[in-house]
Amino acid sequence: MEWVQQLVNGISLGSIYALIALGYTMVYGIIKLINFAHGDVFMIGAFIGFYAISGWGLGFFPALLLAMVVCAIFGVLIERIAYKRLRNATRIAALITAIGVSLLIEYSVIYFRGAQPEAYPDVLSKSTFNFLGAQISAQSIMILSVSLSLMIILQFIVHKTKIGKAMRAVSHDVEAARLMGINVDNTISATFAIGSALAGAAGVIFGVYYTKIDPLMGVIPGVKAFVAAVLGGIGIIPGAMAGGMVLGVVESIVSALGFSLWRDAAAFVILILILIFRPSGIFGKNTREKV
Amino acid sequence: MKKSKVFWLYAIIALIVYAIVQFMITSDQLDMYYSNLLITIAINIILAVSLHLVIGITGQFSIGHAGFLAVGAYISAICTMHFDLPFPVALFIGAVVAALAGLVVGIPSLRLKGDYLAIATLGFAEIIRIIFLNTDYVGGAAGMQITQMTTWTYAFFGVFITVIIIANFTKSRHGRACIAVREDEIAADAMGINTTYYKVVAFALGSFFAGLAGGLFSHNFYIIQPSQFGFLKSFDILIYVVLGGLGSLSGAIIAAILLTVVSMYLTEFPETRMIIYSLVLIIVMLYRPSGLMGTKEITDYFKLGKRSKGGNLDDQ
Repeated sequence: MEWVQQLVNGISLGSIYALIALGYTMVYGIIKLINFAHGDVFMIGAFIGFYAISGWGLGFFPALLLAMVVCAIFGVLIERIAYKRLRNATRIAALITAIGVSLLIEYSVIYFRGAQPEAYPDVLSKSTFNFLGAQISAQSIMILSVSLSLMIILQFIVHKTKIGKAMRAVSHDVEAARLMGINVDNTISATFAIGSALAGAAGVIFGVYYTKIDPLMGVIPGVKAFVAAVLGGIGIIPGAMAGGMVLGVVESIVSALGFSLWRDAAAFVILILILIFRPSGIFGKNTREKV
Repeated sequence: MKKSKVFWLYAIIALIVYAIVQFMITSDQLDMYYSNLLITIAINIILAVSLHLVIGITGQFSIGHAGFLAVGAYISAICTMHFDLPFPVALFIGAVVAALAGLVVGIPSLRLKGDYLAIATLGFAEIIRIIFLNTDYVGGAAGMQITQMTTWTYAFFGVFITVIIIANFTKSRHGRACIAVREDEIAADAMGINTTYYKVVAFALGSFFAGLAGGLFSHNFYIIQPSQFGFLKSFDILIYVVLGGLGSLSGAIIAAILLTVVSMYLTEFPETRMIIYSLVLIIVMLYRPSGLMGTKEITDYFKLGKRSKGGNLDDQ
């Protein structure tokens, strides 16, 4: 019954990847930029949650909310300061700026607080219960339900609200959306805000689940979340969720088979296979190249 | 002046510089610190120039160059440490294996474009690193002990050969085909250029010289570890090329020299160094996306009114 347990671990990990991947996929869908700094927004979220819980004694949910709000503001700031002028720049310039912003955030955090890791305080109960013979912690169920409810809220925002409609319109065709009277700049900022809030939430959840955070923690989950976004079809929101889950489960299986050192390679092998055989992702449609 | 005369002029100037530095090293006017700085600069120039061929000339955005550096470093170290081959032979084998790795990575991934290619190369570089991390034969995470063999002579001739080959490749028919691919892939295809072939050739040639730099790098340090070849190393190399100006060989060289010297002075403050690096990267991209030199070469400033060669397409 160890398999059920590994599956649950995989899904918990996958839901964290999925939350980060949503931000990547939304931003990519709207301005065609791989926001390398997204993994660092996730790290900032984890640290805000940490200081809120251990410094101010807040509970899990207030800390989660606080991290989401601060990350949303932070994401909008990054967009307004660094990315806004790059709307008409080449893709290479945009990508290099994103790498630069990512390095700047990481090393500024190290500069101001040092590189030492921090142990996350316990905020959720450690109890476990028996399900089909597997020991499942209440923590992973909690994490899963928080992630799923955030995803449901996101689906609601994207499909039922005015700003969601504007986001879909801008990602479809920026010029046409502008002609229809949509404020494109505000819509892009809103996308960054929502994506960064989800990354902040993922940071707090990651901290609670893995109990150790450090300033460079965002790099690997960030890249893997990007893999998840590509796997599901970049720009497609349900794709990011599915891709994150698949990636989490695959990683848990690789670890369970005793190849835990190869776990990171698994994600990249998946990435390369998907890019070679189905670059539009699981949920993507094929697009023709136009001259 | 005829082209060949200009070429020989530059070659002779370079050899004179080499002889002066070599004389200063043998006569102890340059201590270990500075000769080591010169070797590091030379290695970084090779890396910058090899990535310049891939990104600046062919326009293929690869951010996994450290992977090929790692292949060259480990393979040449295995040749000297486990098989007792002479150092130049080991350097050559390391470079060839890196070029083969470039082919293996390039053939599938160069079908991709732009951001996807960037991420795929990043993924391959990480896979290469994780393979070395899990291979006990090369010491795994603890790393591999290596005798120091890189001298100024090896480093200089490494740079010399790299720059000559890449500059001449760029001026050749093949180089012009690569530039055509950079400017407009579809148009190049329509003109009968085998775009996939040229992308793979440029990528493999770039990997070859990255492998050469890897051999020099590993034999300069006493120890190599997989952690030296992560994302950050790839980004370092990328910064040289971008700061120098995408498409400018001399720009890449100048940026590599400049940043190596700056980071040598900032080794004691690694965080400050990275903050300065990233700020430079962001500011250059926002205010001068063409980099230090644009697509111009430094030699363009000396021969006024003459048509320039290489990656330069602006002023024809």
